[in-house]
Amino acid sequence: MIRRIWTLFKARNMEFFRDRAAYGWNLLFPFMIIIGFSVMFNEEQQTMFKVGVLIESNTNSTYASENVSVSGIEDNQYRSFRKTKYIDFIEFTVFNHAMDKLKHHRIDLLIDPRSKRYWLSQTSPKGYVVERLLKATAETRKTFYKQKKISGREIPYSEWLFPGILGMNIMFSALYGVGYTVVRYRENGVLKRFSVTPLKPYEFLAAQIISRIYLLFITTLIVFLGCTLIFGFKCHGSYLSLLALFFLGGFSMISVGLVVAARSSSEEFANGILNLISWPMMFLSEVWFSLEGAKPWVKTFSEFLPLTHLVTGARKIMNDGATLFEIKYQLLMLTGMSLLFFITGSIFFKWNRN
Amino acid sequence: MNIVLEVQNLTKIYPGIKAVDGVSFSIEQGVCFGLLGPNGAGKTTTIEVIEGIVPPTSGQVLYKGKHRGARFREEVGIQFQNTELPAFLSVKETLETFRNLYGRKSDMDELVETCYLQEILSSDNRKISGGQKQRLLLAMALANDPELIFLDEPTTGLDPQSRRHLWDIVRKIKTKKKTVILTTHYMEEAQILCDIIAIMDYGKIIASGSPEKLLEEQCSGIAVILHEHLDEKILNSIQGKWIRSKDGVEIYPEHLNDCIKTLMDMKINLSTLTIRPQNLEDLFLKLTGKRLRA
Repeated sequence: MIRRIWTLFKARNMEFFRDRAAYGWNLLFPFMIIIGFSVMFNEEQQTMFKVGVLIESNTNSTYASENVSVSGIEDNQYRSFRKTKYIDFIEFTVFNHAMDKLKHHRIDLLIDPRSKRYWLSQTSPKGYVVERLLKATAETRKTFYKQKKISGREIPYSEWLFPGILGMNIMFSALYGVGYTVVRYRENGVLKRFSVTPLKPYEFLAAQIISRIYLLFITTLIVFLGCTLIFGFKCHGSYLSLLALFFLGGFSMISVGLVVAARSSSEEFANGILNLISWPMMFLSEVWFSLEGAKPWVKTFSEFLPLTHLVTGARKIMNDGATLFEIKYQLLMLTGMSLLFFITGSIFFKWNRN
Repeated sequence: MNIVLEVQNLTKIYPGIKAVDGVSFSIEQGVCFGLLGPNGAGKTTTIEVIEGIVPPTSGQVLYKGKHRGARFREEVGIQFQNTELPAFLSVKETLETFRNLYGRKSDMDELVETCYLQEILSSDNRKISGGQKQRLLLAMALANDPELIFLDEPTTGLDPQSRRHLWDIVRKIKTKKKTVILTTHYMEEAQILCDIIAIMDYGKIIASGSPEKLLEEQCSGIAVILHEHLDEKILNSIQGKWIRSKDGVEIYPEHLNDCIKTLMDMKINLSTLTIRPQNLEDLFLKLTGKRLRA
């Protein structure tokens, strides 16, 4: 039994490492995501709103239309507003050009400091917020709230994102690396060929799972080390805890892949099902953004996704230095899901096409 | 002689079609048994049921007198009609992978030599030719030094040279007293390789025995082939049977001399005439009214 599992483990690994396009993509993809988001969310370049400023243009200072309103501003109000952080002020020389941008929500507000007027699209939510900010700069009322600086380590977005990207990479690699591969084997007859040898289904499945977990560790380690060296990310918790979490997370998602691959013999069908599973999982497992404020049913739904628990656990370990005991809920959920999907996939597994 | 395989009243019904209809036969050790028939006759279904890939609707298969179990998997070698090879592995790695799945293994060097794989051992599976692929698939079927070997249309789609290579390998296997079950729709292949043949049509075995015996008993005459379009009146005047072929006519006369004389009397151009002994293809035609390679 061990010899057969070892043989298939070796064969699958050779197949993976020699498929340079797939292997390269597995490694390159997370780097590209992190680099892209680091650039996008660099604080210096981070803008939340865009405001157009008219210079040297003959404007129709009273222009208004069905969706565009015009109001007046004070000099000191404008000067104070220009100092607001995270607003990108874009200069325009042609009034009509700027107005087109406003109507198409490409800018959130348009100001003409000379005529002391600003224009706002009535249908732009961001325009509404920017107007509130503009008005607030003129108010000098005392606030009842006192500002207090928060203490403790701040976590930039890219560092918060990093565990999510690792989790997402594990998800894609696990789902497609096992689910899609097994379906391809079934479609092209390789599974049928194995089925007439003394190889047992559980030996074949075990070899696929062990191989994929091994490959997941290798690719995740390379991505982890690369990102640590390039971006200076740190894991504030134990590496062993992280390893245990990644093992369970990887195993649970490989098991999901096995369920998809249990019977299907169509690559197109399997691809569709894997997309149906992976895309909602990617968006509802807090890989990219927090679900704080999301509707309760969305949060409840996300609890049934293994990636949610993998990413949450990884963030707790990497960002907050949590111990295994502190992520026991995530570990328990991942163990339960792994068993459920693995048993289901094994029961329904068939060598041949139906 | 020892009976290696016994098939008893095997039936396989798919929705709307009876693919195998009460097939029975037994195969002695060391025999090359050929299942002969046109596409859709039920050959592949029959051997896939025997191999254990497809469950039978009824009937049973006995290997060495017992129901097939773990021993059957360990002692048989199978070459399917259409199987892809594992991608990104070399020929040698593929063979080693399959050898390691068995407790009993063929000697690697002997296997490579038997199947003429020396020159492509380090080649990627994706880069070998159709004939080389078939030889590798055959080597994979021999990876466990099997006692019973299934070859499902091993030469279909191959060029004549690759086909002869495959025949050589099967002949070598036969010299080692291995039992072979071969399906084919090439009459020549069956006649060259098989000791016993069973002709299948519509899921049934319609004749079986050694090729020589079958021909002697049922098809011992000669065939006159003429690449001319003859009138039906002329053909009916000849004693015997006739059938129109792609570019002429095939006549199975009761008396050759009378047949030739009739054709000459009718002033038929005989420059394209050939005469040959009847073969398995003629036998199949006689039994079913159809050509083998339909």
